[in-house]
Amino acid sequence: MNGSGTGPHTPNGREVLLRVRDVTVGFGQKIILEHLDMDVYRGEVLGFVGASGMGKSVLMRTVLGLTPRRSGSIEVFGQDYDEATDTMRREIEQRWGVLFQQGALFSSLTVRQNIQVPMREHLTLSSRLRDELALLKIEMVGLPLDAADKLPSELSGGMIKRAALARSLALDPDLLFLDEPTSGLDPIGAASFDELIVKLKETLGLTVYMVTHDLDSLHSICDRIAVLGERRVLVEGTIEDMMQVEHPWVKSYFRGARALKRV
Amino acid sequence: MMLSVKMDAPDLVTAEDGGSLLLTASGAWGIRQSDSCEKLIEQAASQPAHSTIRVDLKSVSFLDTAGAWLLQRFQMEQAEQGRDVKFIYEDERFDILLKEVKRSEIDNPPEEPLHNSFVTYLEYVGKATRQLGNDTRDVLAMLGAMTAAVTAGVAHPSRMRPISIGVQFQRSCMGAVPIVCLMSFLIGGIIAQQGGFYLRQFGAEIFVVDLSGILVLREIGVILTAIMVAGRSGSAYTAELGSMKMQEEIDALQVTGLRVTEVLILPRLVALMIALPILVFLANLAALVGAGLTCWWYLGIVPYSFLAQLQAAVTVDTALVGIVKAPFMALIIGLIACMEGMKVEGSSESLGRHTTVSVVKSIFMVIVVDGVFAIFFASIGF
Repeated sequence: MNGSGTGPHTPNGREVLLRVRDVTVGFGQKIILEHLDMDVYRGEVLGFVGASGMGKSVLMRTVLGLTPRRSGSIEVFGQDYDEATDTMRREIEQRWGVLFQQGALFSSLTVRQNIQVPMREHLTLSSRLRDELALLKIEMVGLPLDAADKLPSELSGGMIKRAALARSLALDPDLLFLDEPTSGLDPIGAASFDELIVKLKETLGLTVYMVTHDLDSLHSICDRIAVLGERRVLVEGTIEDMMQVEHPWVKSYFRGARALKRV
Repeated sequence: MMLSVKMDAPDLVTAEDGGSLLLTASGAWGIRQSDSCEKLIEQAASQPAHSTIRVDLKSVSFLDTAGAWLLQRFQMEQAEQGRDVKFIYEDERFDILLKEVKRSEIDNPPEEPLHNSFVTYLEYVGKATRQLGNDTRDVLAMLGAMTAAVTAGVAHPSRMRPISIGVQFQRSCMGAVPIVCLMSFLIGGIIAQQGGFYLRQFGAEIFVVDLSGILVLREIGVILTAIMVAGRSGSAYTAELGSMKMQEEIDALQVTGLRVTEVLILPRLVALMIALPILVFLANLAALVGAGLTCWWYLGIVPYSFLAQLQAAVTVDTALVGIVKAPFMALIIGLIACMEGMKVEGSSESLGRHTTVSVVKSIFMVIVVDGVFAIFFASIGF
């Protein structure tokens, strides 16, 4: 539904929402990512996997501009993030939503206020509509309504994840970054989380960049999977493509004992 | 450029259509437009009553959950008045969106309860009173736990954690030396100058030495140092323990079989109780140097006569009266700081509040304790 944009297109006609080129990130002597290229297309769910400590979260933080990089360029919505003016950055930040691994809810605000923070900051809404939208988001992510006036410290781990998702969806973003959204959720909760993502993708034309280890999510909702290893994107493709890859890590990940048990 | 996607302004045209009302919506109905969308919807709702209202969404270029909610709310409100609202659209995604927000029947958002201000005030007073009792009990409990830990430490010196004490000492004593000395130096100078200004009128400026010597050694040195330490180390203790509490580190210690009093609190308290007397001693020296220099420069009392007069005015006992108070004040600062740190709950706001409370309480208690000592020393004729 948001197809009015005129961003860069690939030869196959798909619009690129996020373009990462030649990115190198390192801390001190240690190089985490080197000459990394990556594209995220409009309307897809991209699942990112990789061994722990290989820099999945670092890549996400780099894309979000939280971790400095040594070289390379990052284009979001067709705009180079480095060259963007403050106004443009604010606009970009309004159009992406981020779910951090630990939720990162503001601990002194209630769930309702947490969700309303981006609304208050960027939009002028009547307080009635702001309340209703916050409660709508709360219900959409599957939280009970009485969680609205609770503080993050009063919530369970799974509820924090959901509340944080509700906050990241507050402005109906185009691009959603999820860092291990289903970790710490029970299988039923995780499945309904996946369902929710699919539904949002279908209705809002949401594009999702998801770091995950959940094989079920990878199978059921990801359109494309990218594997991070050896400081770059090792392989990318659909889940079927992954099954054909002979790289030892990819092989053991997608065709290992745990992966096969679920078939 | 893609970033500045042009969104058409939303519009809602009203028309009569054979006994029913036809609303034709156009433009973007997204969250960024929802302010004007809400006004449009409210205008439409104020139209004369029709039993059927049809809303044509075919020329809507963009719809998201906010827009869909506004339409859905309109439908629900009209339904309550017995009117039927139908949406006309072709895009099946509109259908999913409208259904998605429909299941959320949020007619009455739960409101935060209102409080009568007088009742709130009474409640506050009651809570504060109980809090006072609880605080006293907590301090005593911590003191007891401390004593037990110290006793255990005497029996098994290895459990006293000398390295931990050393690290804490390094931070709360060594780190504080420059600022404590500078502050005392200035205060010593100011006392001498102010005293000198008035005593000079009587030609009694030599007694400035007695004045600053006794005042600094007995009271000012220890009080100011204790206040500085409460602000410097006390707040740090509260913040450290508080953030450890927030991150469940305290719980992790407990289930690992380590006692929090022994691992975290005892080393801090012992370090502070060693540090404060040393700091007070240094502060006294700095203040006397400050007073001496001021006497020389402002009153013309040369260092030699300053020292001679000082030796006549004060004894070792005078300095001891000040220093002997220091460990008690350190204990109070440490206990309050650790207790407040352990009371921190989940939020960052709570951490901030308890850190403030910790500093305020310790400074207050330092002054109270000083008063108690003043009475005590006066009654034993010291």
